[in-house]
Amino acid sequence: MNLNTEKCAAEFRGVSFTYNKGIAYEKKAVRSVSLKIYGGCVTGLIGSTGSGKSTLIKMLNGLVKPDEGEVIVDGTNIWDKKVKIRDVRFKVGLVMQYPEYQLFDETVSEDIAFGPKNMGISGDELKRRVAEAAKFSGLDPDLLEKSPFDISGGQKRRAALAGVIAMTPSLLVLDEPAAGLDPAGRREILGRIKNYQRESGNSVVIVSHSMEDVAKYCDRLAVMNKGEIVLYDETDRVFSHGEELRDMGLDVPEITKVAEELARLGVDVGNDVYTVKYAAERLIEKYGLGK
Amino acid sequence: MNFDVAFGQYCEGDSILHRLDPRAKIIMSLLYIVDVFLAKNVFAFALLTSFTVAMAVLSRIKPRILLRGLKPVIFIMIFTGVINVFWYRGAEGAKPLVDWWIFTIYPAGILNAVLIVLRVVLLIAGTSLILTYTTTPLALTDGLERLLSPLAKIKVPVHEFSLMMTIALRFIPTLIEETGKIMDAQKARGASFSEGSLVKRAKALIPVLVPLFASSFRRADELAVAMECRCYRGGKGRTRMNVLKATFKDFAGVIVIILLGVSLVLLNKYTDAFALGF
Ligand SMILES: Nc1ncnc2c1ncn2[C@@H]1O[C@H](COP(=O)(O)OP(=O)(O)OP(=O)(O)O)[C@@H](O)[C@H]1O
Ligand SMILES: [Mg+2]
Repeated sequence: MNLNTEKCAAEFRGVSFTYNKGIAYEKKAVRSVSLKIYGGCVTGLIGSTGSGKSTLIKMLNGLVKPDEGEVIVDGTNIWDKKVKIRDVRFKVGLVMQYPEYQLFDETVSEDIAFGPKNMGISGDELKRRVAEAAKFSGLDPDLLEKSPFDISGGQKRRAALAGVIAMTPSLLVLDEPAAGLDPAGRREILGRIKNYQRESGNSVVIVSHSMEDVAKYCDRLAVMNKGEIVLYDETDRVFSHGEELRDMGLDVPEITKVAEELARLGVDVGNDVYTVKYAAERLIEKYGLGK
Repeated sequence: MNFDVAFGQYCEGDSILHRLDPRAKIIMSLLYIVDVFLAKNVFAFALLTSFTVAMAVLSRIKPRILLRGLKPVIFIMIFTGVINVFWYRGAEGAKPLVDWWIFTIYPAGILNAVLIVLRVVLLIAGTSLILTYTTTPLALTDGLERLLSPLAKIKVPVHEFSLMMTIALRFIPTLIEETGKIMDAQKARGASFSEGSLVKRAKALIPVLVPLFASSFRRADELAVAMECRCYRGGKGRTRMNVLKATFKDFAGVIVIILLGVSLVLLNKYTDAFALGF
């Protein structure tokens, strides 16, 4: 893993946010969160339902304005008077939860072109971006001229993803991109996102409820609980806090559970293994149980 | 755009006002409106105001929330208030309080303005206390359906109307929430709803309206299927889960409002000697 910890893609500085401030259903969703999102890696954001994940990531592109604190993207405070919030939105591409419901244009390709067009891109460059984004998200070229209402759910999800990738954001943020997809669909879409990160060198933030998914695709993990960030570290180190995670209504990947059980039986492979491959390497390294 | 304005103003609670039968409350609020227009002089207004304050206390709804309900009509209140201060002269030969340039203000004018503004305030506060703040929209449509059910005899589709209203009420918050979500999603792709000419702004709404319509139709479809699966087939012979039952307190409520009206009329009549307004 070559984490570019020098480069910081975005940063929260003590941000807080309360919904319905001052009226009956007041709800403090984010409580003084400070967090640095590093460049050139995939950061996972996990936390139980209602812990404030969606609210936090909406701050990254200014859809939610924090009551307190600052949001820094590319070294500038996005709520600075000199900054146009639309420019921030082109830098930070946000794919919301169930993005397939936002498709509207006559054809899939025109829908994908909506974002880049808003950026003022046209002509060949626009075509190139649409084609590239479609390829990245795994859309068949012959789907591009269909109506977005005539394609399957999984294809819609990819079209929506392509619509954001076409803006080539330097930070791509996805709210539960794999929710409601079958296992093959999950693997495919997450794999493509990871690929996008590797090939473009940009940073990605993924919100997810699946421990297996974040274990497989994320380099770093932030854990949210009741509006606060309680853990933020490299994936293996976060999963070594099994007890704490379970207390928050979260879990660890199955293979980490196996490792914990093995440790109880006296075979210590460490409680921070989070993928099968990694676990196998540890076992071999420790006990030399090679082929 | 601001979607913080919650639709429907129901405030959860368990006060006597919350527990009254919605039919009684609909009748009560109609009668209350009549009462508000019956009050003619200071004494009648004093009684009406104390009655409304008493209801507010009974309902245990926070004064802040009540005041918020008055916000939309603040402009009308100020406007009518100011107009009345200058226009109303009171009895013939009354001495003006202020007489400067084009402004002449009579004491009766001030009083009149205060009473008229008070009337608007009481009208809104009172009806929302009896109805909107203390009755769920569903109970309201239910009550309305029952009150109007005699009309079904002359072929007015009362049940269908009430079902439509119930469904609409059920889905308005969902639609508002969905609109917010879709707007956010398009904003994330650089859409802007508050810039440019009117035509440009109207055009900017297309990316919001198309998905919104699409999902509304999908929802309507799903709802129809779900209802059919549970053998829904219209109003005839349908029984209810919660049958409204009027009890003593519901009749008492209606009678209290009638008595209030009677007292107001009496106050108008027998305190005439002190009457200053109208
Ligand atoms: N529009 C809103 N109005 C009022 N409260 C809200 C709104 N959106 C979210 N909340 C509240 O804020 C809190 C955090 O919500 P948020 O959507 O950020 O959680 P989340 O971690 O994304 O949950 P999930 O995993 O279910 O998506 C929740 O308690 C929620 O009830
Ligand atoms: Mg969420």
